[in-house]
Amino acid sequence: MIKTENLNYIYQPGMPYEKHALYDVNIEIPDGDFVAVIGHTGSGKSTLIQHLNGLIKPTSGHIFIDGTDITQPKVDMKSIRKKVGLVFQYPEHQLFEETVYKDIAFGPKNMGLHQDEIKERVMEASRLVNIDESILEKSPFDLSGGQKRRVAIAGVLSMHPKILILDEPTAGLDPRGRDSLLEVLTSLHDKLNMTIILVSHSMEDVAKVAKNIIVMNKGTVFMHGSVAEVFERGRELIEIGLNVPQVTQLFNKLNEMGAGLPADIYTVKYAAKILDERMKGINNV
Amino acid sequence: MFKDITIGQYIDGSSFLHRMNASMKIILTFVIIVMLFVISHIVPYVLFIAFSVFLVFLSKVPPLYILKGLRPMIFIIVFTVILNLFLTPGETLWQQKILFGWTVKITYEGVRMSILMFLRLTLLVTVTSLLTLTTSPIMLTDGIEKILKPLEVIKVPAHEIAMMMSIAIRFIPTLAEETEKIIKAQTARGADFESGNIIMRAKAMIPILVPLFVSAFRRADELATAMDARCYHGGKNRTRMKQMKMCANDYIAAGMTVLLSAVLLLTQYLI
Repeated sequence: MIKTENLNYIYQPGMPYEKHALYDVNIEIPDGDFVAVIGHTGSGKSTLIQHLNGLIKPTSGHIFIDGTDITQPKVDMKSIRKKVGLVFQYPEHQLFEETVYKDIAFGPKNMGLHQDEIKERVMEASRLVNIDESILEKSPFDLSGGQKRRVAIAGVLSMHPKILILDEPTAGLDPRGRDSLLEVLTSLHDKLNMTIILVSHSMEDVAKVAKNIIVMNKGTVFMHGSVAEVFERGRELIEIGLNVPQVTQLFNKLNEMGAGLPADIYTVKYAAKILDERMKGINNV
Repeated sequence: MFKDITIGQYIDGSSFLHRMNASMKIILTFVIIVMLFVISHIVPYVLFIAFSVFLVFLSKVPPLYILKGLRPMIFIIVFTVILNLFLTPGETLWQQKILFGWTVKITYEGVRMSILMFLRLTLLVTVTSLLTLTTSPIMLTDGIEKILKPLEVIKVPAHEIAMMMSIAIRFIPTLAEETEKIIKAQTARGADFESGNIIMRAKAMIPILVPLFVSAFRRADELATAMDARCYHGGKNRTRMKQMKMCANDYIAAGMTVLLSAVLLLTQYLI
């Protein structure tokens, strides 16, 4: 479980470019959650998630990972980073080895594991993210954007994290790459009961995969609730420059015109089902 | 650590220094630096320090910013000071026998030299970072280009040199930021850059350097394409949006620098 207490962070304090990035952030993310973090650029999303595995030390406040306060000195950061895996937005920032295999093995190697164990973990991680075995001997720089991201995720999964944090993993991917990545995340959550924290700009992606949503605005937690609870307050989201999924926008418009459809439609799949039922109803009359 | 490097980090402003002509500023900075290496007595140094403080005040750049810019230089400064302290021959002040018949000794000249080197390096960084803090990189290269222009007669590619320098300066903060992100990404995968012996640490740099080089080459490629797309073809017949002209401020600054140099030389050689 992740818990933060009055988390504050200031970039470059005392400098002309001083910036208060987080104000008194208090969140609780239970085990097995699939939570999306949404917010405007500069709302503090990235700063927040980097606190969760100790890459950034808070200016004040506390962070508890499974009860351990990681802001205290003498905490074994390596074991925290093993528990909380963080995948950055650009795989280009972490891929460096000659082959995909070696790159995925980098994390386990740093953990000082035995060769056989490393091999097992690399194979397992690449299976989890649907990387074909034939790719493992290729150079990571020869892969497509979507493949690179999956390799980057495998590089973190091979460390067996309990919690996986991803910073805009689908940005810049084509629809197929995006879908297959989201599928990977869903299966990690469903099959391994991994806690997943997903930073995203896409309301569609969020509605499709997440259970809960944290909305960040100007360094504070603006909302924190289930997908339905957050998207219900669409007007407030629009006021802070965010939005609800396109399909919700469409259904809201239809309802304004008096269509009398349910208001809790956030995914295309569910919308299709509702419309289908509606059509059947009309045909039967 | 990387974001502390102030080179190439222009702070917008409208102070006397900000409004000066870039070529003049570069030339005057150069003169001042030469002076810094000419003087060695206490009186000219006190004058020089006073002048630097005056410049910082004049630039309206927060002094803390300049101090932060000094931070990456600490190692070089300490190293120079220690070398000078122990290795300058002269009148012995203190000595101590250590193993194998070696003696370390501190001489009067050594103490003097290390104080001098400390002041020299600190002032050097202060003055040069003032130049880059008050001059935007574009102005800076325009200034360099103007200064190099007369050398085109002997086939010095002034425009190309200026362009390369401006690109290099422009990308220092970008690459520094990128380095920080790469370090974070690798740290998240359990990479350790702080422990181990020197060979292990050098090896630990590979996961940082490879992505950094890859991204630098990619950026270079993209930049070249972007320049091509806007029909960049070197300096020939190129006009400028902002024409650089000398104005009263520049002559005042030049006059002040000449005056300062004269006073420094006089105090150096006559007292």
